Amino acid sequence: MNNALIFISFSIFTSLVSFLLDRQKTILGFKKGFKMFKNIVIPFLNILILVSLLLFIVPPQMIVKYLGAGSGAIGFAIAAVVGSITLIPGFISYPIASGLLKQGASYSTVAVFMTTLMMVGVVTLPLEIKYFGKRVAILRNLLNLIAAIIIGILIGIIL
Amino acid sequence: MTKKHWENFKPYIWLASFVIFSVGSFWFGFDPGKTIYQSFTKSFIEMITFIPFLFIIVGLFDVWFPKEKIEKHIGRDSGIKGILMVVILAMLQAGPLYGAFPVAYILYKKGASIKNIFIYLGAFSTLKIPMLGIEIGYLGLKFTLVRTLVALPLFIAIGYFMEWYLRDKKFKINEV
Repeated sequence: MNNALIFISFSIFTSLVSFLLDRQKTILGFKKGFKMFKNIVIPFLNILILVSLLLFIVPPQMIVKYLGAGSGAIGFAIAAVVGSITLIPGFISYPIASGLLKQGASYSTVAVFMTTLMMVGVVTLPLEIKYFGKRVAILRNLLNLIAAIIIGILIGIIL
Repeated sequence: MTKKHWENFKPYIWLASFVIFSVGSFWFGFDPGKTIYQSFTKSFIEMITFIPFLFIIVGLFDVWFPKEKIEKHIGRDSGIKGILMVVILAMLQAGPLYGAFPVAYILYKKGASIKNIFIYLGAFSTLKIPMLGIEIGYLGLKFTLVRTLVALPLFIAIGYFMEWYLRDKKFKINEV
């Protein structure tokens, strides 16, 4: 609920400022935003259905066991490997991450899963090699994997 | 049902099946179905209370800070200003990481430094505004802030490292 308040107040604030500066532009912005929302809403609902199903099928104890605070390095490693290999768009992975947290996964595992998803791309490596060459593409992914692991560990310590 | 009708209906097939499944579950007292429905409504409320507002913000950003204009000013700027420009440009983007490679090529063509190209890729992967919005909505402001503040110095460091590592290795980005 807190989050909704942040978004509502911030969007009202930006709309007001924008409206005072330029009416036409503001309306154009609303239209653009609505179009993006329209494109995303059905896939989003499908994902919510899928997540609800999965969270029912996969018992919370199992998530706690493999991805919880007690799972230690193994849970962390599972999250890092899955995150590096798979290619999941953000609007799908965030509801999953939030579900995992609620079911008992630890912050550091979820953080390393999310950051490897964002920064490391094993599936897209062939494409990346075409742009940057083999050495640079592999090096970039390796460095990003290290960065993601550091981020995961630090978030685990701080939160 | 004709083929055209089917094509129109296709995106809604999951939704329709789910509605039927839920109604059926309540009708026949199928408890697992009820539980799944309740967990769905919870996540639906979670989503609908912030996603529409997020897109108002994103839409306004899009008209006030057009990417194309910023792209024009980017290139040989060095130092803090150059870093700041590529980070801002990256924040205004959307989409998966492989969408950033063509932009990296454009930056390279315009004479951006190796360091700034890799900082762009780092910022693209972790700081896009629409994604930050979704992250705040789902994982909270604190999580997002901590993750961002830890990630930022790390990928700036990666940029410096890449520039140092590739300093005399004839680095180039190919057009694909």
